[in-house]
Amino acid sequence: MPLENEGEDWRMLDAQYISPRSVAEAVEALKGGGKDAMVLAGGTDLLVQARTGLRDPRLYVDLKRIPDLMALDISSKGLHLGASVPAAQIFENEDMKALYPGLTEAVDLIGSTQIQGRATVGGNLCNGSPAADTVPSLLVLEAICVIAGSEGERRVPASEFTTGPGETVLRPGEFLVRIEIPAPSKGAADAYLRFIPRTEMDIAVVGAAVSLTLDSSGCCEAASVALGAVAPTAILVEGAASALIGSTLDEAALERAGSAAYEAAQPIDDKRGTAEYRRRVASVLTQRSARMAAERARGRN
Amino acid sequence: MSTKPVEGLQAISVTVNGEDYTALAEPRMLLSDFLRHECGLTGTHVGCEQGVCGACTVRVDGAIVRSCLTFAISVAGSKIDTVEGMAKANELHPVQAAFQEEHGLQCGFCTPGFLLTVQDLLEKIPSPTDQEIREHLSGNVCRCTGYQGIMAAVRSAAQKMQT
Ligand SMILES: Cc1cc2nc3c(=O)[nH]c(=O)nc-3n(C[C@H](O)[C@H](O)[C@H](O)COP(=O)(O)OP(=O)(O)OC[C@H]3O[C@@H](n4cnc5c(N)ncnc54)[C@H](O)[C@@H]3O)c2cc1C
Ligand code: FES
Ligand code: FES
Repeated sequence: MPLENEGEDWRMLDAQYISPRSVAEAVEALKGGGKDAMVLAGGTDLLVQARTGLRDPRLYVDLKRIPDLMALDISSKGLHLGASVPAAQIFENEDMKALYPGLTEAVDLIGSTQIQGRATVGGNLCNGSPAADTVPSLLVLEAICVIAGSEGERRVPASEFTTGPGETVLRPGEFLVRIEIPAPSKGAADAYLRFIPRTEMDIAVVGAAVSLTLDSSGCCEAASVALGAVAPTAILVEGAASALIGSTLDEAALERAGSAAYEAAQPIDDKRGTAEYRRRVASVLTQRSARMAAERARGRN
Repeated sequence: MSTKPVEGLQAISVTVNGEDYTALAEPRMLLSDFLRHECGLTGTHVGCEQGVCGACTVRVDGAIVRSCLTFAISVAGSKIDTVEGMAKANELHPVQAAFQEEHGLQCGFCTPGFLLTVQDLLEKIPSPTDQEIREHLSGNVCRCTGYQGIMAAVRSAAQKMQT
C-alpha cells in the first residue's frame, strides 16, 4: 500500500509520454526511450505497479491510439485481435462469443466492468502473470503473437511467449501488435473455468482451458488442455489432451485427463490454497472445462 | 501529439458532461485528479487508488473506467461523463432518485461510482436479474450499506426507467 506522501512523490517525478499513431512510430519511440521506456495499454497492471514502486518507467509509450492495435477482425481465416482492444469490446462481440466462447469468458473474467473498459488481452499476456486469465485460452487455441521491433516483425506461438513470472520473450524495444487465432474447425469448441475464493474480482487459484474437436459420431479427434496459476507460467498439459483424444469424453476419459492435470500441476503453497488443494482443483476444473467444451462442440456438429 | 515524447505541463482538453475543459497537467496526472483538481469536479471520489474500490468510476466515450488507473493525457479529446452530469435541471436522474428512496447510500463516498455503474448496467440490460446486478456491481465496494439498499435501488431504478 502506498503511503500518502509516496503517492505525492510518484506524481512529482518527471516522466515523458508519447502516443504514437502507427506501429512504426511506436518502434521509433521505444528505440529513443531506451530501457526506461515502457508501453502502456489499459494501464490496469502497469499504473498499479508504478504507484506501488514496482516499476518506474521514464517514458510511457501509449499503445491505445494505433489503429492496427485497436482492431478486432474476424474472417474465414480466423481472429486478428489487436493488442490494445479493450476487454469490454471483445466480450460484447457476438462473433467472439460464438466462435471462441472460452477465450471470451476468460476476457470477461478480467477484473470488474470498469477494469474491462480499458484492460487488454495484450496487457494480460505481456504482464506475464502466471495467473493471467486469458493465457490458458490463448495456449489451447494455438494463438500466434505478432511482435514488432526495430528489426521488423516476428511471430511467436503463445505457448512460448511467457518465460517466467513477469518475463516474456519480448526484447527491449519490442511490443505485441496483435494475436492471431485460426478459425475453429467444424465440431471444435473451447471453454475456460477458473477457481477463486470469491465470485468476482480476485486472482485465479487455478484456471483451466480446454479446446477440443468432436467428429459427427461424438468421438474426440483433437484436444488441447492448459492450466494457469499452477506453475511459473501457464502450461499445456499434453497428458490430459491425449487422455481425451480418441474417447467419447466418457467419465473414464475425463478422469484420466483430470489425473494428468493433477500430475502436471506444480503449484505453490500460499494463503490462497495449499499445493495439494490446487492440484485437486486443477483436476476438477480440467474435467468440468472439458465437459463444457464438449457440450458446445456437440452443438456445432 | 506526435513523434516526439512530451514532458512537463501539457495542455489537455476533454469534454466533461458536455462542457469543454482545457487545463495544464503533467503526463502522469491521473484522470481522477484531473477531474477533481483541474476541472473542479469533485463528485468523482478517490478511495483506494489501486483500481479496487470503484469510487472513481467515470465514463469515457460511453465505457465505464477506473479514473484512478487512467492518465488524463491518454484520454485527451474524449467525452467524459461524471456524476455531476446525471441530474438535469435540479431533477435527479432516476437512478439517483432510486438510491435516495431505497437507502442505497449512507455516507455517500462510494455512491458516484455506483450511480455511473448502474446507469451503464441499465442501458445494457434494462431489466437485470439479481445475479446480473451483482456481477455488474462487483467492482464497486461500499462499507456502509451492506448492499441490500443498493440492490433494492437498482431494481427500483430499472422499473422507473421502463415506464
Ligand atoms: C482490480 C483489478 C482486478 C483485476 N482482475 C484480474 C483478473 O481477474 N484476471 C486477470 O487476469 N487480471 C486481472 N487484473 C490485472 C489486469 O487488469 C489485466 O492483466 C489486464 O489484462 C492488463 O491489461 P492492460 O491493458 O491494463 O495492461 P497494462 O497495465 O497497460 O500493461 C501491463 C504490462 O504489459 C505491458 N504491455 C501492455 N501492452 C503491451 C504490448 N502490446 N506489447 C508489449 N507489452 C505490453 C506493459 O508494459 C505492462 O508491463 C486486475 C487488475 C485490477 C486492478
Ligand atoms: S479509487 Fe479508483 S478504484 Fe478505488
Ligand atoms: S455509502 Fe458509505 S461507502 Fe457506500
